[in-house]
Amino acid sequence: MVVEKKKERSSEIPTSSLADIAFLLLIFFLVTTTIDVDKGIGLVLPPKGEAKEVSKRNITNLLINAEGKVMIDEQETDIPMIKNIIKEKIAQNPKIIISVKTDENTKYRYYIQVLDQLKQANARKISIAEPEK
Amino acid sequence: MALKFKRKSGAEGGIPTASLPDIVFMLLIFFMVSTVFKEFRGIPVRLPAAKKIEKLPGKRNVVYLWADDRDRVSMDDKFIEIREISNIMYNKLNDPTKQIRVISMKIDGQAKMATVTKVHEELRETGGAALNVNYSTKTAN
Repeated sequence: MVVEKKKERSSEIPTSSLADIAFLLLIFFLVTTTIDVDKGIGLVLPPKGEAKEVSKRNITNLLINAEGKVMIDEQETDIPMIKNIIKEKIAQNPKIIISVKTDENTKYRYYIQVLDQLKQANARKISIAEPEK
Repeated sequence: MALKFKRKSGAEGGIPTASLPDIVFMLLIFFMVSTVFKEFRGIPVRLPAAKKIEKLPGKRNVVYLWADDRDRVSMDDKFIEIREISNIMYNKLNDPTKQIRVISMKIDGQAKMATVTKVHEELRETGGAALNVNYSTKTAN
């Protein structure tokens, strides 16, 4: 009986297509990755049931009505003016708290514009009161 | 006088491609690691614009909440009642696999403040990390 010798096979793994496979995966991840970062105005809400008594001298009332008109301490103002007014108020009294009050039907857009102005004025103490009914 | 032109020494043509897979793999690994898949699609909203904005701390530790101009609220790709928020948030905060740090609110500019305040109240009910709110906005010019 003759035992045949096994044919020699090449023992290497073909790697010529490795780059193609890697490219394919790379393109998939390139396409699915979204680089855009979420941005926005940050705010820390107070925990429930935390109400502090504050003297009236340290409060500035900022009212926004349903039409988006703004009133700071009984004086009507335009939204782009808020920044400077609040800056002055903070300079006069660093302890001042800005109490933002909105109407139920006030649009969120106006609220964000006002909040943006307050942030630009570096106001740290912002209180958000419940909408008037 | 006749000029003599020297023949350039024959440079080898062809770019060496032996290290190509390595480079591609490196890029691939970078993108694999940095990719965060979107978990939820949300509902279409037109975000308001603001100037003084801050970035969210990554995308992994964020809970998203949507509210549109018809005052419908959506979380986890479902429309929900506002009063359900505190329960949902409580479960999310107690999920050991996730460390929630901030709530990103994507609210339409035309939504009413009544809705926003109700959402605030629910988040205050939950407490903890749910108090960290970020009002998602576009960048104003």
